Amino acid sequence: MTNSPTKTTISSGGATSAMRVIVPLQGVVQGRGGLFLGSVIPCALFYFWQLYLKRNRNRSRPSNNNNDESGSSGSTHLPQVSSGSGLQRVHSRILLSPKGSSGQSQVSVRANSVISKQIDSSPCFVGLNKASQDPYDEFSNPDGVIQLGLDENKLSLDLVQEWLAENVSRWMMAEDLSISGIATYQPFDGLLELKVAVAGFMSQAVDNSVSFSPAQMVLTGGAIPALEILSFCLADPGNAFLVPSPYYPDLDRDVKWRTGVEIIPVPCRSADNFSLSIDALDRAFSQAKKRGLKVRGVIISNPWNPVGNMFSRETLYNLLDFATEKNIHVISNEILAGSSYGGEEFVSIAEIIDSEDFDRNRVHIVYGLSKDLSLPGFRVGAIYTCNENVLAVAKKLTRFSSISVPTQHLLIQMLSDAKFVQQFIKKNRERLRRMYSLFVSGLKQLGIECTKSSGGFYCWADMSRLIRSYNEKGEIELWDNLLNVAKINATPGSSCHCVEPGWFRLCFTTLSEKDISTVMRRIQKVLETRKSLS
Amino acid sequence: MTRNRNSEPNPNNDDNDTLKTPPRDSAGTSGMRLVVPLQGVVQGRGGLILGSLIPCALFYFLQFYSKRHRSTKPPSSSSSSNPPSPSTSSQNLPDLQRSSSRLNLSTRGSNGRVFLSSRASFVNAPNDSPYYIGMDRFRADPYNELDNPDGIIDLGIAENRLSLDLIEKWISSNLNGSMLGRGGDGLNINGILTYQPFDGLAELKLAMAGFMSLVMGEKVSFDPSRMVLTSGATPAIEVLCFCLADHGNALLVPTPYYPGFDRDIRWRTGIDLIPVHCRSSDAFVVNITALDQAFSQARKRGQKVRGILISNPSNPVGNILSKGMLLSLLDFAREKNIHVISDEIFSGSNYGGEEFVSMAEILDEEDPVRDRVHIIYGLSKDLSVPGFRLGVLYSFNENVVAASKKLTRFCSASAPTQSLLVAMLLDAGFIKDYMRTNRGRLRKVFDLFVAGLKQFGIECMNSSAGLYCWVNMSRLISPYNEKGELELWEKLLDVAKINVTPGSACHCIEPGWFRCCFSTLAEKDIPVVMERIRKVVERS
Repeated sequence: MTNSPTKTTISSGGATSAMRVIVPLQGVVQGRGGLFLGSVIPCALFYFWQLYLKRNRNRSRPSNNNNDESGSSGSTHLPQVSSGSGLQRVHSRILLSPKGSSGQSQVSVRANSVISKQIDSSPCFVGLNKASQDPYDEFSNPDGVIQLGLDENKLSLDLVQEWLAENVSRWMMAEDLSISGIATYQPFDGLLELKVAVAGFMSQAVDNSVSFSPAQMVLTGGAIPALEILSFCLADPGNAFLVPSPYYPDLDRDVKWRTGVEIIPVPCRSADNFSLSIDALDRAFSQAKKRGLKVRGVIISNPWNPVGNMFSRETLYNLLDFATEKNIHVISNEILAGSSYGGEEFVSIAEIIDSEDFDRNRVHIVYGLSKDLSLPGFRVGAIYTCNENVLAVAKKLTRFSSISVPTQHLLIQMLSDAKFVQQFIKKNRERLRRMYSLFVSGLKQLGIECTKSSGGFYCWADMSRLIRSYNEKGEIELWDNLLNVAKINATPGSSCHCVEPGWFRLCFTTLSEKDISTVMRRIQKVLETRKSLS
Repeated sequence: MTRNRNSEPNPNNDDNDTLKTPPRDSAGTSGMRLVVPLQGVVQGRGGLILGSLIPCALFYFLQFYSKRHRSTKPPSSSSSSNPPSPSTSSQNLPDLQRSSSRLNLSTRGSNGRVFLSSRASFVNAPNDSPYYIGMDRFRADPYNELDNPDGIIDLGIAENRLSLDLIEKWISSNLNGSMLGRGGDGLNINGILTYQPFDGLAELKLAMAGFMSLVMGEKVSFDPSRMVLTSGATPAIEVLCFCLADHGNALLVPTPYYPGFDRDIRWRTGIDLIPVHCRSSDAFVVNITALDQAFSQARKRGQKVRGILISNPSNPVGNILSKGMLLSLLDFAREKNIHVISDEIFSGSNYGGEEFVSMAEILDEEDPVRDRVHIIYGLSKDLSVPGFRLGVLYSFNENVVAASKKLTRFCSASAPTQSLLVAMLLDAGFIKDYMRTNRGRLRKVFDLFVAGLKQFGIECMNSSAGLYCWVNMSRLISPYNEKGELELWEKLLDVAKINVTPGSACHCIEPGWFRCCFSTLAEKDIPVVMERIRKVVERS
């Protein structure tokens, strides 16, 4: 028998057991610190209890007699022993044969959720896949799929290429550099020189409106792990972040997969030009609280991916007020800060906390070089935070996602070439602006309007006029049409958790100018078939 | 009151956490209480999650609670900023809830300090492992023959500096070619700038498979499609653990084990490591009976064991598991339906007589046990390029490969380094030459080091791989326990100015063992180290 008799001290009722845990803690709760326990345990218990109830509502509750036995003290009944061990056996049975077949090895629940079919069949993923299998090329594959779904800037690759071609021979050959500075273990959170360089680049990307201190920075292997590390630091499994929607589809994976943190979308509407309303935030916050979810922060992306607009100074103030009032964090993803091209001014949240008397401890910025320097392959991200504890923890967690040292040295050289950086930012902006206006005016000719955007690699296009039924199904049908008939991969709004159907994110930075007319022709084809049908 | 029953001590309480006993007890029983009404569910489908999650969550929170309260003294002002709590009489939940929402506003007394997650506080807990303290001390005052002859000599970090010159020579003569594409003509730069598959370039996987099979004596071939590349072996292990086990599950780990596992595995995955003690009389080789015992004990505690984690060649002992041992481990895994993780990161750093046998080598094509075997590898040790951050997860389980490929979005290797490595690994002449020279140098320094210790009568474990020796200094410690060991460690650090890793940091059950990494030393440093050790030996 694997079972020890102590196990038989058992009662049913999560509620009763919850009370039992709480009552002895009463004293603690009134003393110091027990607050944590006092809140977490009942919450957890109630949460699980509710889950349990929900799952079993339509099943008759087994063995009420357990209730009675729990009432009677310590005496161990023999039948119960066997039923207890029976339970254990059955339990281990399940371990042994998870899916009926014998001795299949089992992967974890979280791994199963990562490889679940649901993710693979989402439009976002299907579209990306299709476009990468059959990519358009003017000459070799003119009927291929044009990729407007990938969040990548290829407009200025030539500038980086040029620089690399000239300078790569000096890579790792700087005079003060020896092999022991490259091949050996270095601090996981990034070389100080690179932090200085990235901080400088960040300031330059926002036109020096704010300066960033390298001491408050942790470098990671990309912005994705940066965001994940912040989620690990700020929230526990079952806690939640509020995220204004539409938000970019990958955020779900980045934040939720391994951390067990939830995302609560806060719907924003076209009537407000998709700007964030604090009222909506507040409503989502109290609804979450009613559901028993603890909200630990708000995640915004500024410039807003996928909409492309900027948070105004005033909205940022209000957001910080809201965060202070609710005592939650604000994570601002400013990875597109340098990719602004429009009329609106980009205001970093760092500027706000510098100027006002806000609690700096609750504001965290995510940055990276994948977008603004068009170097996604280099995998360089950054966390910028004034919260010393978050900084310390994030530094330790970078052991799981550090940047390779040769790459760091290459970047140090690149970013300290002031002339190159300046030129790059300027030219890149010009090209973005040009492509954006060409693309938007092309769409306009077809009668498709976009929201006014001023940063990022995409337009947020309103195709609600074109969908047959004004709901998600209609949207997906149009998406399917675009992908399979027009051979254009766009990201549907539903993938971005947009509440209004018919919006699409079209990324124009992977195109060249001459591709735009092809794209427009293809869209027109779909338009015509739709017109003739309706 | 029914609660009284909880006072019965839990027989499974281990080691030193007697302090935790009361809360743990109550959690255990309340966990069980929830499980029993689930009986019906468990027998059906799906109740599994509830049945395991609830007790785990409770345990987890309670442990946090006791940990937090052991050290910190939260300021009393937090309670004074609350209005007098009405909860003395009424014990209903709404009250509790209210006070907890208050908490949101005033956490630590000051007005509105923000919360961090409890796992962040777990990570942020001060370092008390001598492994990390020693490392920090070394960083603050590193030895240098000329600049700082009285500085600390680090024998704590497993890093190979013996063959760096070979790598340097290769890089300086091949840099242009590797970056600008093979053959030198045609810029390949586009390939390193844009988004690449997160799980590594196909070329590098191919090159890596070749390198791994070379390192393991060309007796086994590796399939690039089973391979996932990460930014270092540390994230590879973490990703693998995320895939194999859930929060609150456990892995069995034979001790002594590499101190970093505690961080790599426990920090973010929420998985527990259950040490399975090995003894010097068995040459610190794990025995299946001990594994079995640990397995059933864990099960009695209600903990689900999802796998065994071994390092082969063993870190810190340096011995190599025999083929027979590997087969019995596989049998054990099959019998218990658990996974086997084999960390083979030192497999190419073998210099001794024993022949290394990879877990991959003993698996038959058709053996159904295959899909529970996972191998961790990396270039940090065998190619002495830890700065390049390249790790490998090699799994025979399709689901694990699929899931970990997706999870590499959090730890992908950077493309310029990858293309540099492709060129390096494909240079067969260089790699062969490197492996041969490196082994020769390891052997030489190992012999010198062991001989040096022998003159003081200090014996080492007979080891044949790795960058360290496992040294028996139990003769020098008094009292014969962990305290004595740490005293000696401190003496070595303060008086002799040598940073070594004490066995207790590796969870070794016998006191007096130390791991000394010799591969960061140059030959001429060895007499200096020995001279310093002599000081301590003669004093005690």
